[in-house]
Amino acid sequence: MNPFGLNAYILISALLFAIGFFGVLLRKNTLVIYMCLELMLIASTVALVAFSRFNGTLDGGVFVFFILTIAAAEVAVGLAIIVALFRKRQTIAVDELNTLKH
Amino acid sequence: MPNLLFYLFAFLSVGGALLVVLNKNAVNAAMFLLVSLLGVAGLFVLLDAALLAFVLLLVYAGAVVALFLFIIMLLDTSPGAQKPFTAAAIGAATIGGVLLLLGVRSLCKQGAMPLAPAGGMGPSLKNYAEQLFTTYLLPVQIVGFMLLIAMLGVIVLSKKFEVTEKAP
Repeated sequence: MNPFGLNAYILISALLFAIGFFGVLLRKNTLVIYMCLELMLIASTVALVAFSRFNGTLDGGVFVFFILTIAAAEVAVGLAIIVALFRKRQTIAVDELNTLKH
Repeated sequence: MPNLLFYLFAFLSVGGALLVVLNKNAVNAAMFLLVSLLGVAGLFVLLDAALLAFVLLLVYAGAVVALFLFIIMLLDTSPGAQKPFTAAAIGAATIGGVLLLLGVRSLCKQGAMPLAPAGGMGPSLKNYAEQLFTTYLLPVQIVGFMLLIAMLGVIVLSKKFEVTEKAP
């Protein structure tokens, strides 16, 4: 059923996490940064499910439920913040939201 | 056959994730996030966790990506606002990628972990429910409370800014 073993899944998880991480660092659109944060959360769930399957326990799967809940709540709050920010500043580009920088 | 499916789902998830980062248009990025999620759900099915794959698609594809698309179209940001990546960013990405590959390679040198036999504590709905309501009862309560706080926070956030807009 799993010809590649655990390492292949861990590699995919690491790749997804790295792609999400560099997306957060490189992109300037706040919404895309949020999508990349979601990618990082999904990468961690892949690793959890793979470890859970290869250990024969359910704990990793249960934690995936928690991660999904946290991710949903995070997206709701984050998008509310983005909408409020857009109403106030008329932009969501992180380049122009640098009031705290100076 | 599982061999081929693994390659397909891995390609979908990683390729979709890459296109999320590299795409200029936010709507396209959300669509490629959906593709990536489909790949990850397929990987979950290969790992005998069909229930988790279903929940992932339900929560992410059904709620999160729809919410993203809704906000993107509500805010109507101009596409193509992304500036080209700077040389420093590309250098940092290269160094990070090489470090990641080295780390994964050292992990692979440890030897493969044997697959636990299926059955026993199989990932069925009943087993998950038993775990959630016995061992993980306190985290479930805390997560429920956190959802309530998040809901209140969203309401306050969208209310407060309306008031400050009216004030001046």
